[in-house]
Amino acid sequence: MADLVRLTIDGKPVEAPAGTLVIEAARCIGVEIPAFCYYPGLSLQAACRMCLVEVERAPKLLASCTLPVAENMVVRTDTPAVKQARRSMIEFLLTNHPLDCPVCDKGGECELQDMVFRYGAGESRFSEVKQHVEEKRFSPIVFFDAPRCVLCYRCVRICNEGLGVRALGIVNRGVASEIGPNRGDRLECDECGACIDICPVGALTSGIYRYQTRPWEMQHVGTICTFCANGCKTTLGVRNHRIIRGNNRDRSGINGEFLCIKGRYAFDFVHSEERLQTPLLRVNGELQPVSWSRALAAVAEKFTEVKARGGKFGVIGSNHTTNEENYFLQKFARQALGTGNIDHQRTGDVATLLGCTRSLATVADLYSTKAALVVGSDLAQQHPLYAFQLRANWRHHQARVYTVTEGPVREDQYSAGRARVQRGEELAGVERLREQLKAEPELVILFGDAIQGEAVRKLVAFGDSLGIPVKYVCLLDYSNSRGAADMGLTPEPGGGLTLPEMLAAWDLDVLWVVGANPLKNGELAADGAFVVVQDLFLTETARRADVVLPAASAYEKSGTVTSATGEVQALRAALKVMGAKPDLEIFGLIAREMGIDLGVAMPEAVFEEIRQTVRGYNVPLPVIAAGGAAQALAPEAPVAAAGRADLAESARNTLFTSGTLGRYSKALNSVEEAPGGLYR
Amino acid sequence: MTFSPELETRLETLMRSCPPGREASALIPMLLYAQDETGALTSEVVEEVARRLGITPLQADEVISYYSMLRRRPAGRHHLQICTNVSCMLRGGQELYGHACKRLGIRNHEVTADGEFSLEEAECLGACSWAPAMLVNYDYHQDMTPEKLDRLIDSLEKKH
Ligand code: SF4
Ligand code: SF4
Ligand code: SF4
Ligand code: FES
Ligand code: FES
Repeated sequence: MADLVRLTIDGKPVEAPAGTLVIEAARCIGVEIPAFCYYPGLSLQAACRMCLVEVERAPKLLASCTLPVAENMVVRTDTPAVKQARRSMIEFLLTNHPLDCPVCDKGGECELQDMVFRYGAGESRFSEVKQHVEEKRFSPIVFFDAPRCVLCYRCVRICNEGLGVRALGIVNRGVASEIGPNRGDRLECDECGACIDICPVGALTSGIYRYQTRPWEMQHVGTICTFCANGCKTTLGVRNHRIIRGNNRDRSGINGEFLCIKGRYAFDFVHSEERLQTPLLRVNGELQPVSWSRALAAVAEKFTEVKARGGKFGVIGSNHTTNEENYFLQKFARQALGTGNIDHQRTGDVATLLGCTRSLATVADLYSTKAALVVGSDLAQQHPLYAFQLRANWRHHQARVYTVTEGPVREDQYSAGRARVQRGEELAGVERLREQLKAEPELVILFGDAIQGEAVRKLVAFGDSLGIPVKYVCLLDYSNSRGAADMGLTPEPGGGLTLPEMLAAWDLDVLWVVGANPLKNGELAADGAFVVVQDLFLTETARRADVVLPAASAYEKSGTVTSATGEVQALRAALKVMGAKPDLEIFGLIAREMGIDLGVAMPEAVFEEIRQTVRGYNVPLPVIAAGGAAQALAPEAPVAAAGRADLAESARNTLFTSGTLGRYSKALNSVEEAPGGLYR
Repeated sequence: MTFSPELETRLETLMRSCPPGREASALIPMLLYAQDETGALTSEVVEEVARRLGITPLQADEVISYYSMLRRRPAGRHHLQICTNVSCMLRGGQELYGHACKRLGIRNHEVTADGEFSLEEAECLGACSWAPAMLVNYDYHQDMTPEKLDRLIDSLEKKH
């Protein structure tokens, strides 16, 4: 650790490593120095002058947000001069501020309000008419009200530095200064909303949330984003069983303040008019609404009958359902239905990876590793949190990032080396970087679905041959793709049918599909098969079903999910949607209807069973229960890769697409960037 | 977008005079020289300069919209900037500016129909000791009076 520097702040002695900023040193001893523009993790701006302090022997007040501690420095934050400076700064900030707090989205959680309350001038000496500028709509997501802006540059910096999108700037000068979007009068960007959430005031607001509610009228439920496999925590603001916003303003969870458009705004699929809210049963060739008891009875009767005559089942699980549900489903299939025909839509070959190494990287590793190699993925599009982590690592620790991709990616802005390859030639591209990679002290390799089966083994062999510590991440598409593989939603080795084999089996008697849409691009060969579908929407697969059971989304249930990097995190139910039930509850009801005992179908009980039986999942409960992330460990003994490994195929989602859920999010489809594309 | 060989050389020299990785520091002079040649910083020019420096057009625009000497739209062949800041105001700068408006029939940031003259109400030109001061393109004119201004405009009109 660096040498400690001794100084005093408000008479209290402080020791801090050299280079620490006075504003941070003060925070450590409980002295709060007000700040607008200072934001940990972003470049220093020193634009707002709220953080002025008195330093002995300095002729003027100094900005503590850019002032490093020095030996024997004597800092005072409580003198009349400092207080007067704060009052003046606020008086200036309010010169043209509309003070429309009663209708402003930020009212109640606004940093300017808090500052005025704590430090502010109660009255203003300005009697001039305030300059007013009309609000601007930069995009369906981002709105800007210039008069409320305090010109702190936080939005500009998070977009430039955090995301690398560089879509915002401050144009004009003096009183006319305002935020300008990159396309003149509109934005073309990631539409992530990071700028909105980081804005200390109500200058940037979102088209999704603006003028919907007062913040104190909501319940704030921290849960895990149900879109991609990166496992971001999102805090849903809920009122009367409606989700009104998503954010991570408290910077908790593995993602800190990061969320992409999906985690922040795409929750609206939950309230789609097309949600299924009653079971459907095929009567005389038509799907008709029926009661739960009638639908369940039909399923149970068919399952029991087919099982009794030794018929053929196929079970397809989901990339979005919880670990508990996935575990229970495969147990249901294996124990109660006696079938090994279990699978899910595999989006990456994590099974082979787990089979050949125990050296797995966590999401935290992406921020701390000295070097990383991205193979076959447009990370900023497909895995936005991982891209954010790597970029932050480069910004803060000069990490060297290498890419092997089929086209341009955003990491090119700063990458230390790259190889452009045809799809399928990734390993050759990796080989081209060998000399550079060998010189690194350590490496994390992230790879997409281009690397599967034998290629995974070759990639790991390549890693081994570098002679440095290497960790791996197998990139997967959806919120619980990893959990689906870990919980055993994979064909029974030696005979179990894979997903395509199930669809192709002309003699299949029952196909049970939970939260998946295999018939979107596939066809079911068995005309006579009895199809049971659990889903939120009447998907292509559900249309072919004999029984459709309306399922609850991840935002309506509890349980755990596992990110691609192995963080096991808890979902928290934010609301109830009438008529829909969590899949686990549905499994329990079917089991009861069939008169079989598979144990209690409750998340806590099933999770306990997972901890006891699933390798790598003996994770500490309190961590998860407290909203933290526990790390699923690599299994001690290699797991036999299940099924044919070459079946993994990523849906190649962009920032603005995400399978079925993405189709039903109006927010996601409203932006002009949608559907977007990879490698451009 | 192509520039004249002279301008190209100038831009090259400017960029090379910056430490590696800090080429963006050359932005302001590059914009100014480009503007001198092209008359205005059209989107095309801005995009070209930004591309060479590895910044976004918006980042260039932040600078352009900040500095009054950088212009997105063309000025007249003779661009008059008349200072009305404190020193000049005390010595008749306001009246001088008013006179120019009347004589040319245009207001702040406007251009005469023939494209010969444009007018700008300027902040302190750093010539307070000789207030009121004004600029025609890059040339200073000091201790101005409405009469001197008339003679100046007459002489400029004769020039073509
Ligand atoms: S929404 Fe995201 S990408 Fe768009 S301007 Fe804001 S921070 Fe930048
Ligand atoms: S819009 Fe908000 S974040 Fe951006 S500069 Fe203004 S006050 Fe700061
Ligand atoms: S990066 Fe993935 S997990 Fe994070 S908010 Fe976006 S979709 Fe959700
Ligand atoms: S926080 Fe120091 S100047 Fe803004
Ligand atoms: S005030 Fe006019 S030149 Fe200074």
